[in-house]
Amino acid sequence: MKRQVARQFRRALGTPRPVPAAALPLHASRCYSTHPPNAKLNLPIEYGSTPLLAHSADVVQKNIEIPIEVRNGATKKLNLFQAVNDALGTALAEDESVVVFGEDVAFGGVFRCTMKLAETHGSERVFNTPLSEQGILGFGIGLAAEGMRPVAEIQFADYVYPAFDQIVNEAAKMRYRDGSNGRGAGGLTVRMPCGGVGHGALYHSQSPESLFTHVPGVRVIMPRSPIQAKGLLLSAIRSNDPCIFMEPKILYRAAVEQVPVASYELPLSKAEVLKEGSNVTVVSYGQPLYYCVEAIRQLEAQRPDVSIELIDLRTVHPFDRETVFSSVKKTGRVMIVHEAYTTASVASEVAAAIQENPDTFNRLEAPVRRVAGWDIHNSLAFERFHLPDITRMYDNIKRLLDY
Amino acid sequence: MKSRMLQRVQLRASTATVARSRVAALGSVRAASSVSQRPNSEFVQFPGALKSAFTHSLNFENPESYKALPTYRVVDQHGVVVDSSFEPDISEQQVVKLYKDMLFISIMDLIMFDAQRQGRLSFYMVSAGEEAVSVGTSSVLDPEDVVFCQYREQGLFKERGFTTKEFMSQLFSNRNDPGKGRNMPIHYGSKKLNVHTISSPLATQLPQASGAGYALKLQKLQNPESKARVCAVFFGEGAASEGDFHAAMNIAATRSCPVIFICRNNGYAISTPTLEQYRGDGIASRGIGYGIDTIRVDGNDIWAVREATKKARELALQDGGKPVLIEAMTYRVSHHSTSDDSFAYRARVEVEDWKRRDNPLTRLRKWMETKGYWDEAKEKEARDALRKEVLREFSAAEREKKPAIKTMFEDVYDELTPGLKAQMQELRELIDNYPDEYDVGEFEGGKETLKS
Ligand SMILES: Cc1ncc(C[n+]2csc(CCOP(=O)(O)OP(=O)(O)O)c2C)c(N)n1
Repeated sequence: MKRQVARQFRRALGTPRPVPAAALPLHASRCYSTHPPNAKLNLPIEYGSTPLLAHSADVVQKNIEIPIEVRNGATKKLNLFQAVNDALGTALAEDESVVVFGEDVAFGGVFRCTMKLAETHGSERVFNTPLSEQGILGFGIGLAAEGMRPVAEIQFADYVYPAFDQIVNEAAKMRYRDGSNGRGAGGLTVRMPCGGVGHGALYHSQSPESLFTHVPGVRVIMPRSPIQAKGLLLSAIRSNDPCIFMEPKILYRAAVEQVPVASYELPLSKAEVLKEGSNVTVVSYGQPLYYCVEAIRQLEAQRPDVSIELIDLRTVHPFDRETVFSSVKKTGRVMIVHEAYTTASVASEVAAAIQENPDTFNRLEAPVRRVAGWDIHNSLAFERFHLPDITRMYDNIKRLLDY
Repeated sequence: MKSRMLQRVQLRASTATVARSRVAALGSVRAASSVSQRPNSEFVQFPGALKSAFTHSLNFENPESYKALPTYRVVDQHGVVVDSSFEPDISEQQVVKLYKDMLFISIMDLIMFDAQRQGRLSFYMVSAGEEAVSVGTSSVLDPEDVVFCQYREQGLFKERGFTTKEFMSQLFSNRNDPGKGRNMPIHYGSKKLNVHTISSPLATQLPQASGAGYALKLQKLQNPESKARVCAVFFGEGAASEGDFHAAMNIAATRSCPVIFICRNNGYAISTPTLEQYRGDGIASRGIGYGIDTIRVDGNDIWAVREATKKARELALQDGGKPVLIEAMTYRVSHHSTSDDSFAYRARVEVEDWKRRDNPLTRLRKWMETKGYWDEAKEKEARDALRKEVLREFSAAEREKKPAIKTMFEDVYDELTPGLKAQMQELRELIDNYPDEYDVGEFEGGKETLKS
């Protein structure tokens, strides 16, 4: 698996960028942020050609995590919101205990993730709730406690805090406190759009995953692509642990790929090695992976002696230590990238785990680097300086190599 | 008031639509949003409050101009029936059983409160004065109805059949405790009895009950052959100030969930009197605002509690399901918990007064005596027997081993994660290296269970 994906990746990296720099201003206006005319590093992501997405069915066929009959079966071009919609539709059709609800989900959702679900599966199973996040989560926990598989939507991750108590004290602890009675909130999945979107400012940009990675009992998942969104969401819905499923909203429309039509799962708490390398390990998840790819491409183009390994955590809690450790044992240098604030973040946890493990500690040739959002609030006018970009990633890999 | 009633009717109508047809339900949503203000209409057509009449006098509704909601009672303090339509619906034997359930709780409370004072268990909370609310409601719910508790509802567990051994195993967190020794005392739970395990955070169980009620409704829709069930949820008047109360009531009403909300209004939340808890007419008055059928009952009158709960259950299952609110007025005779000395904030005489003047046990006892069901000799015999039983199970439970240490790592996730396995191993090594620092003998299997 690893090698096949890696090969595909290298092939894509070898090809010249399809869009010349002259076309930039067009893209710039589309992305709500301007790219300096002379920029060489901070170029817009070409989602149409990035190796992170399966642009054709034969790429899907090489994905051995997906059951053979599924990956050899029909595929459909979907963006990320359509893949989420597809997963929800699949889950609703396969299991009558699945229920989908939240603010404005009945008409299709403010990001269209629940389009047509109410019409197809009935307003008893797909419905609006009053505008109350603590209510939505409490309601979901109650459904799960009675054996249903609720999929609750929080309209933006920025608004999950009113439900924090229900997640931390209730959903996460329910099985533990019920003991041999055996009940719990494991059937619950909480979806929430997260991350920067160019103009989301303080309350439409946050990535609060590390607030949940401090909570034993929940799994925190963030997909980077439509294939992942479908496979990981189906796994989350079927998982017997409460899952927090964070969807990078900037990818809802941007990330498009061929997605198997049939139902399939991708493993939770299992990282994916996207590209093998031997000098630096880059660990990330969600949207910044697309930037990582570009930073790596540029660096490797300049330094042919260097090869960089890229890992997608996919599940950030509990995360796949083994995959990260075995990569760091090989490379001795590591950079961890995400949008969320730096302090007490997923990067902090991964870095600490690497430092704590004697095998990786002994192998380290440079201090672990965290490349993440600054410890400031997500502000409207300054987003491009706040969220890690290609230049910061490029610079940090260079520092690791030159240490 | 009138407009509220009308609005309620509206809600029920939409509930019925949901049950009838998906397409129709969606249609009705659209219809509601197409309403517009017609010229010369006497009534509001703003979508947010249909059927409200226009008025030409500027008048703020003043809560004090409304009479406080009445308190329903069947039997007064002297054991005399005041609701002439009342006929006991259960046999002498069943009444005596309920009385004994209340008696059991009051006796266990005394023993366990003292045991905590002696340092033999870490914590305890008595239900004195509130036994009729928990035993009374429980006795008319279906045993398969799902229940969420706050913590002062031991009577419900008893009435449903929780054994003395089960109470004691939880209180002493021994190896027979289904909670595996993880929870503080009185945080009971029983799958067999369809009662969810109690958690300390107040009011969190309320929206969960709405969700559970909705699950029961869906399961009945999906399997029409199955039994119609409701969810019942208990909470104090203090907990009702939490946001989760608001969330729960509103979502239960809008989703038409068969839930019975049962508030124990006992006058205090630890030291806080109700005057500092709210300024409205108790909790009941809020129910109407959410479009919920509501009743206030005398919580010291087990017959009133039973009659109201029976009817509430019927209502909750009507029209495809809807929530009902019961506010049971009572008085917290005891300290809040073993960690509280309530005489720091209320007069001893006030408490003594309540104990003497009105108490759910003596009230039922008086009624039973007038019927010839009960007398002093029976009282003494019952007390002795229950006391013996509690003491017997108390010492048995105290001597039992604690659950295996390994169980502290289990049930966090469905399966032990690699990270947790590593931490378990680390603890094991620590105990190996410092055997004198840890007393593992009282735990089933000692340190050996930490081997993964
Ligand atoms: C969310 C939360 N806040 C505070 C507490 C601490 N606490 C425990 S019981 C209690 C009072 C509850 O009063 P009430 O709901 O009236 O019930 P009562 O004890 O009178 O039966 C408080 C404040 C808690 N357990 N949970």
